[in-house]
Amino acid sequence: MITVAFLAAAVLMLSAALAASLHRNLLHAALLAAIGFAGVAVLFLTLGAEFVGLVQVLVYVGAIAVLLVFTILLTRREEGGLVIKGPAVRPSGVLSGFAVMVGLVWVVLRSPELAAKKANDSALTVKMAGEALMRDYPWPLLTVGLILTAALIGALVLVMEDKRS
Amino acid sequence: MTLQLILAISAALFGIGLIAVLSRRHAVFVLIGVEFMLAAANLNFVAFWRYGTPDQHATGVMFAVFSIAIAAAEAAVGLALVMAVYKHYRTTQMDRINHLKG
Repeated sequence: MITVAFLAAAVLMLSAALAASLHRNLLHAALLAAIGFAGVAVLFLTLGAEFVGLVQVLVYVGAIAVLLVFTILLTRREEGGLVIKGPAVRPSGVLSGFAVMVGLVWVVLRSPELAAKKANDSALTVKMAGEALMRDYPWPLLTVGLILTAALIGALVLVMEDKRS
Repeated sequence: MTLQLILAISAALFGIGLIAVLSRRHAVFVLIGVEFMLAAANLNFVAFWRYGTPDQHATGVMFAVFSIAIAAAEAAVGLALVMAVYKHYRTTQMDRINHLKG
């Protein structure tokens, strides 16, 4: 059951990601990317990492997808608008990316000791994740808070209107 | 569901992200490609946590959580950069933002 859900989510996620990388309509591609992020969240959930799956849904599907759509809609006043005319992607980039992908997947599939590993049954509830964050990783947690604040202020400064000119 | 299958899926996701980074002209989709590559790395962390030796600190999962937080900061700054570049050059096409080219 879990395996079926995992495989379905993996197929959906990979096809959505590929379509997002190649689609001609920018808005559709951004929404396909959101589906891809949601598929990654389902993979986390089926692997038993509930906390990461929920964080993935909140951060990627909730926040980053909205940011992407906003940015695309705010920057569309150039030639062509939302639908790309002419070639949407560079064929050389697709070819080299595809070559790297085939190489990586081939190497993984050629490693038989990976298939022999057994899954452990370590569970991580949200309570345990919170305790681990507070007890084992307090300094990384504070640093991430600092980084997020700095990124927020930096993003605001970048898009601020310059009143002097 | 083996570790090999999960790693193959995450390698494929990394490759798709690389395709988006290398082939897209629109800056936002280059960022989306980077996000896909980061998601593939997080998938690897969680997979190795699930299939490695059990540890009580849940290191793999915690690393993935911190990595998602950093990716969120990166996306916010990246999209703000796209907006700033668009205000200046009136374009988001990567190959037309070439003022620093020698």
